[in-house]
Amino acid sequence: MSVIVRTISRVVAPVALAFGAYVIMHGHLTPGGGFQGGAVVASVVALLVVAFESGRWKKWKDVLLPLEDLGAMAFTILAFLGLGATFFRNILAGGGGLFGAPVPQLGPNPGALNTAGTLPLMNWAVGLKVIAGLGSVVILLSLFGREDG
Amino acid sequence: MLIHAPILAIAVPLLGAFSLLGLAYLSRTLRNIWACLISAFTSAMAVAVAIRAFTEGVVVYTLGAASPTESVTAGGFPIRIVLVVDGLGAFMGLIAALAGVVALVYYFQYLKEEEGKSLGLSLLLLLWAGILGLVYTGDLFNFFVFLEITSIAACALIGYRTWESRPPEAAFKTMAMYTLGGLLVLISVGILYGEYDALNIAYLSKAITGSLLDKLALGLLLGGLLMKAGAVPAHMWAPDAYGEAPATATIVLVANTQAAIYAILRVVFTLFGGALAAPGIGWLIASLGITTVLVAVLMAVVQRHLGRLVAYGAVSQLGYMLLAVGVGAVARGGFGEVALTGGIFHMINDAASVGLLFFVVGAVRRATGSVDLLSLGGLGHTLRWEAGFFLLGALALAGIPPLNGFASKFLIYESTFRASPILAALALLASILLLAVVVRAFQGAFLGPKVREASPAPRGMLVAMGILALVIVVFGLFPGFFIERIVSPAVQAVLTGREAYLAAVLGG
Repeated sequence: MSVIVRTISRVVAPVALAFGAYVIMHGHLTPGGGFQGGAVVASVVALLVVAFESGRWKKWKDVLLPLEDLGAMAFTILAFLGLGATFFRNILAGGGGLFGAPVPQLGPNPGALNTAGTLPLMNWAVGLKVIAGLGSVVILLSLFGREDG
Repeated sequence: MLIHAPILAIAVPLLGAFSLLGLAYLSRTLRNIWACLISAFTSAMAVAVAIRAFTEGVVVYTLGAASPTESVTAGGFPIRIVLVVDGLGAFMGLIAALAGVVALVYYFQYLKEEEGKSLGLSLLLLLWAGILGLVYTGDLFNFFVFLEITSIAACALIGYRTWESRPPEAAFKTMAMYTLGGLLVLISVGILYGEYDALNIAYLSKAITGSLLDKLALGLLLGGLLMKAGAVPAHMWAPDAYGEAPATATIVLVANTQAAIYAILRVVFTLFGGALAAPGIGWLIASLGITTVLVAVLMAVVQRHLGRLVAYGAVSQLGYMLLAVGVGAVARGGFGEVALTGGIFHMINDAASVGLLFFVVGAVRRATGSVDLLSLGGLGHTLRWEAGFFLLGALALAGIPPLNGFASKFLIYESTFRASPILAALALLASILLLAVVVRAFQGAFLGPKVREASPAPRGMLVAMGILALVIVVFGLFPGFFIERIVSPAVQAVLTGREAYLAAVLGG
């Protein structure tokens, strides 16, 4: 791609990455979540694959595929943690500690990130899975038709 | 532990599907042991749920609640996702368990390592989890999600042999039909949610008034599910899919198609069983059923690809089930009960006989590298067991006594005759044609002079075929025993179980 595309991609990529991470991290507070944030991050992968020569991303798919598995497993295991009561029971919510802070009263607040128990963890797991899954799909598609694909 | 059985039957194969790939990096033996453990546990859970549902009535499991039975929150609204297993769901769970276990037994010696054995195993478990979720869920949106899980896993399995030319085409065709069907279901779910602000099947069933929008939703749901079931005129994906998928996956694909029949029963009798119980729906389903039977059987006559021939046979059996469901929905009691008994019993019989035939086709393909009837012949000299199993499965498929296909088809003919003698005559005619088709296939592939060398199937594959053969014979010899124990609770759940289903979820 031309130098203009590459330069702009260099500027946009970190910003989009940060935005994707924000959407995943704040999944339990604001619209969005693991899937949406993961899709934003995967769009960065698409941007980089288009802007820069795609062959150099080939090795990344070997990293991403196990990560996808890991994300899916993490989500299922988080759901299994609630099995003392029922599957998917939110065991961390309201218990203090990690993501266990009490939820603030209704009304304007800056967003209490340390709430909602296992939900943020599940968002991270979904985010990981979507980043890895969509990312490797983008990379695999870019490799189609190449002689070394 | 047993109180969590419904969700464990879904979550454990799901976890297994994801963890298998990681284990496969470490060691193949470990992966195989893990797969066996997962499947043994899953089928044990499905059986445990079935026993509970048959003896104690409807089993409700609420996800994320303080206790599994707490399905309704304060205010009397079921806000959480629930799993509801009544007699019908439990029966379908048993079919899925049988299909999954047999497929796994067949699997290990069927696919070679270099054909991506780990991925196939993972997809098989994913499909299994999807089917179990589909038949256990009590939430309409989750129903759609599980439908999509089965669709995606099924399409990946159908197109599994990417290095050949036809499987990817079959997978694409199937994906197109499944996606279209899934979209219809999604639109219908959207309509119902917009109308009643709820996704819980029991709550919706109580709230549905039978308005024009409800009729639209029912039509869309039925359309989507009939596509998934492979009824004429949306059947063209099914022969390609069954014919090209690896033989080990086809029995699970058949169970997947039957899950669509289950869904039609659930929609017609439970979800819309209160306000929209018109016999017209039954006549529609029955006429589609008989068309499916006739078209599929006539198409089977001209096939020379052994896999596609059996696949058309499988589609025709789906037609018989639809016919039975339709007749059951016309009468809702009386001879309708006989029809539903036949139709529901035919599901497990069909899974066994069609599954056995596909397993034999897979063994023939593995031994000779061909499934073309014109180039095969005389395989009975070397593949003795396979020939016997094929004959058994073929006769069961055609409904010859004393095999299981006869028991269920006879109930279907008898009740269809009461609804419409013409339909019964057509169904009987199709069955005779089917006998001609399978006899021709048997003669073409296994009889005659020996024309080529073939190595018999390894023991694992023969054991899987043996289990299915045993099911065919035992169900054929003692149909009354099984109808009373497992089929009759399912039929009662369909016909009269709506009140119990609603009460179990909503309380009171």
